[in-house]
Amino acid sequence: MKTSIFRKGLTIAAVALLFQACSSDDNAPGDVHDEELITTITVTLTNGGNTITLVSRDLDGPEGPNDPEIDISGPLATNTTYNGAITLLNEAENPAENITEEIEEEDEAHQFFFSTSGSVTGTGYSDQDGNGNPVGLSFTLETGAAGNGTFGLVLRHEPKKPNDGTLADAGGATDIDQTFNVAVQ
Amino acid sequence: MKLHLTLSILLVFNLWGWSQQCTHVLTGEINDLHDHSPLQGAQIWVVGTTFKATSDAQGKFLIQGLCTTTYELEVSHPECSTQFKTVRISGDRSVQITLEHHIEELEEVLVTAKASKTNSAAEYNLGQESIEKHAGGSLGDALKEINGVSSLNTGGTIVKPIINGLSGSRVLIMNQGVRMQDMEWGEEHAPNVDLNTAGNIALIKGAGALEYGGDAIGGVIITEAKRVVPKDSLFGHILLNGATNGRGGNTSGGLTKSFSNGIYAHIQGSYKYMGDTEAPDYVLSNTGVREGAFSFQLGKQGYKQGFEFYYSYFKTKIAILKSAHIGNTDDLIDAINNAEPNYIAPFTYDIGKPYQDVAHHLVKINYYRRFEGLGKWFIQYDFQRNHRLEFDTRIGDNRDRPSIDLQLDTHTWRTYLQWKTSENFALKTGVNAGYQDNFANPSTGVKRLIPDYNKYDFGFFATSEYYWRPNTTVDAAFRYDFNRIDAKKFYSKSRWDERGYQEDFGDDIIGEFGNRWLVNPVLDFHNFSFSTGLSHTWEDGKSFRFNYTLAQRAPNPSELFSDGLHHSAARIELGDLRMQQETSHKFGLSFAKEQGPFQYELSPFVNLIDNFILLEPTGTQLSLAGAFPVWTYRQTAARLLGIDLSASYDWTGQWQSKHAFSLVKGTDTDKNIPLINIPPVRFNNGIIYQIPQWHGLQLELDSAFVFEQNETPPNIWVFSPDQQQDVELKINDAPGAYHLLGFGARATFPLGKRKITAHLRVDNLLNNSYRDYLNRLRYFADDMGRNTSLLIRYNF
Repeated sequence: MKTSIFRKGLTIAAVALLFQACSSDDNAPGDVHDEELITTITVTLTNGGNTITLVSRDLDGPEGPNDPEIDISGPLATNTTYNGAITLLNEAENPAENITEEIEEEDEAHQFFFSTSGSVTGTGYSDQDGNGNPVGLSFTLETGAAGNGTFGLVLRHEPKKPNDGTLADAGGATDIDQTFNVAVQ
Repeated sequence: MKLHLTLSILLVFNLWGWSQQCTHVLTGEINDLHDHSPLQGAQIWVVGTTFKATSDAQGKFLIQGLCTTTYELEVSHPECSTQFKTVRISGDRSVQITLEHHIEELEEVLVTAKASKTNSAAEYNLGQESIEKHAGGSLGDALKEINGVSSLNTGGTIVKPIINGLSGSRVLIMNQGVRMQDMEWGEEHAPNVDLNTAGNIALIKGAGALEYGGDAIGGVIITEAKRVVPKDSLFGHILLNGATNGRGGNTSGGLTKSFSNGIYAHIQGSYKYMGDTEAPDYVLSNTGVREGAFSFQLGKQGYKQGFEFYYSYFKTKIAILKSAHIGNTDDLIDAINNAEPNYIAPFTYDIGKPYQDVAHHLVKINYYRRFEGLGKWFIQYDFQRNHRLEFDTRIGDNRDRPSIDLQLDTHTWRTYLQWKTSENFALKTGVNAGYQDNFANPSTGVKRLIPDYNKYDFGFFATSEYYWRPNTTVDAAFRYDFNRIDAKKFYSKSRWDERGYQEDFGDDIIGEFGNRWLVNPVLDFHNFSFSTGLSHTWEDGKSFRFNYTLAQRAPNPSELFSDGLHHSAARIELGDLRMQQETSHKFGLSFAKEQGPFQYELSPFVNLIDNFILLEPTGTQLSLAGAFPVWTYRQTAARLLGIDLSASYDWTGQWQSKHAFSLVKGTDTDKNIPLINIPPVRFNNGIIYQIPQWHGLQLELDSAFVFEQNETPPNIWVFSPDQQQDVELKINDAPGAYHLLGFGARATFPLGKRKITAHLRVDNLLNNSYRDYLNRLRYFADDMGRNTSLLIRYNF
């Protein structure tokens, strides 16, 4: 009895050792595809045949040490109202993944907030979610006199809807926060 | 087993006569450890002989006809834990034996093994009463009863103990004889221990308890089940606790069957259900908790040999304050500037995102045997599986997928031999080996914060104590540990270059995946630890202790590999593959008096740590989602100086007062700036009023004053995309001082032959609004307001 307890203990330990020795895997860990990663924001501003794009691209993602690269196709025209559209992509995937569609599907849980300064004079929402609240994937942008200005956009996830249009009132978590310095001429 | 050795400090040595004849007389006196009253009816058996005796009303006994040799005494009492004591007989002699007698638990044959683990280290015990006081809280809450212990919190429910200013991987937790491997490296990872399974909790400040590990630069926490006395019995308890803040409660029950042949079985279960907690001015939305635990124990204990099988399962689901889920630096700036959290909803029991879901399995089997002339040999195998899921607010199909899914399996073998040596020398030697496998499930769709790794550990130790002269004991211990971490990790090429890893670790690259490298670093660490000290006790209960410990700790996976966005904290954390092990030199002194109406302890310490690893905010990283705070692990030379003072005075027998003051100063001596996350000064006072004849009524009013931490590292300046300029991020500023009052009332009522204990507690009696420097959510919301709880315990 006494030795059998002892033997059992040893056997369990030995089996566990053996099991470990056999199961130690040398497999490479599975690759992780960050499906919520947004690497690229493209803001397309159109007025008639005139199209301007504002692009911010951060291919190594929020965690990579490189800062986003900003590419603005050209200056905006003075005293013009542009129709704006926002496209969000994950270009770390091949082919690139379109995140815009996911936001459209969950538009009640998202909202863009715009800010302007200088020669960029105003924005307005052109779309609504199922409850009649603004989303901001489509919007309008107005320019004033020639000069420099900024156009900023913030995408909030699960904001309070409806809200008074300010970030402070909306709350929620920030998915996108980007400001473009643009020239108006 | 050190108990009987420690007790022999109290031996009264007689002059040793020399005789070959078996005519020696052994007399003795058996007293209660607590009040020194004589214990009647204790059985004294000279092991291996027919000599037996029973203590009389004065606690005295006499055994005649002993030979000149060394005997082992087994001393048992129905209400105390059985003790073994080695006695060398070379003439007539007398011994004093103290047993721990539990007045509250007369019906139970369970007793707490309150054996000291070390000789000269600062060591404290929490018994049943203190544990019960925090039955609705966690291990970390209960340990704060000990002066010099504070906690690093994430909200009110994730509580990590801090010992003399150090926490996390620097605090080792031995739970039921098993070193917990529950991802203690994370600041928001609480110990996966059900407080209700512990009959006694010992805490050792510093790494002096080298038997358990050499890397516990902060300290060692040892939870133990109550020991079962070999006696035919069936008994149990049920505990119910309800709390107003959180509008929930917890329950726990246990059942023990024991036999006189030493076999015992014990089952225990606990469950906790709490909704949102509330600050004085608002609901702390999404702070509910669910927690369940189960354990089973089967064993046999005998003098010659014994074994134990133990299995426990612990599962917890903890909601994290919703307003603490932020997106970027501007959100953090807003949170710091706003007085109220940005999300407040009506009270609910529901747990929403973000939340943690953690399960911990623990299995152990051990065996011991005494070999005549050699000593006691012990061997144990244990297995732990820790599975951690962290859920974040995600969108689309990922809504219900965890952001973190880590499974940590650990196998440990350990064995030791407690040598049979002379009466005034104790020696213990042991070996341990461990294997650990961390698996980071890629199905989360989120880049891993901690990679897949295998870890191999091997260690050996020797601890010794020498009873130099009556009442003076010196100790020395040595330990060596080898750790190997074999990791497989993806690094983005831009990060790999930014960190400059190519030169040092370029050979470890084993694959290329688009813009990432797959790397296989294998890191080895050799750690040496050494401890020595002296303790001296005077007859009037005064004691003096000195301890020096050299300890080394290998960096943990978080410190080495962290590389990425920690979603739950909205910060980028960067470890470093080049981390070296920490080396700590800790000197501790203690002057204490533990008898009489006026009792006190004064214990200063100095802890000098080379290569101290700290995590601090260093800047921001721009991205499309704005700027993220970057927290970087860094090594430096650190100096911790502190003093813990405590005193109690028994004014009239009914009125007692107790006082405790704790101070730690932490300095980064390389940069000459304060260390981050050092506990502020605390000053606790309490008044206790007792009417023993009225159902043991005990009333307690306690006050905790926490000073403002005025020594914090400087804040950092970051670029705010919202403000388009650099702003000061007041991330290191400490909240102001606060004062909390608490009230407790406790009484025990008979119920037939059984008894019921009721314990009423009010915490934060004045419902003060406050924030604590060591609460990671202090930027977002106030701490909990008033909480009234009522605990009822029924023993049967």
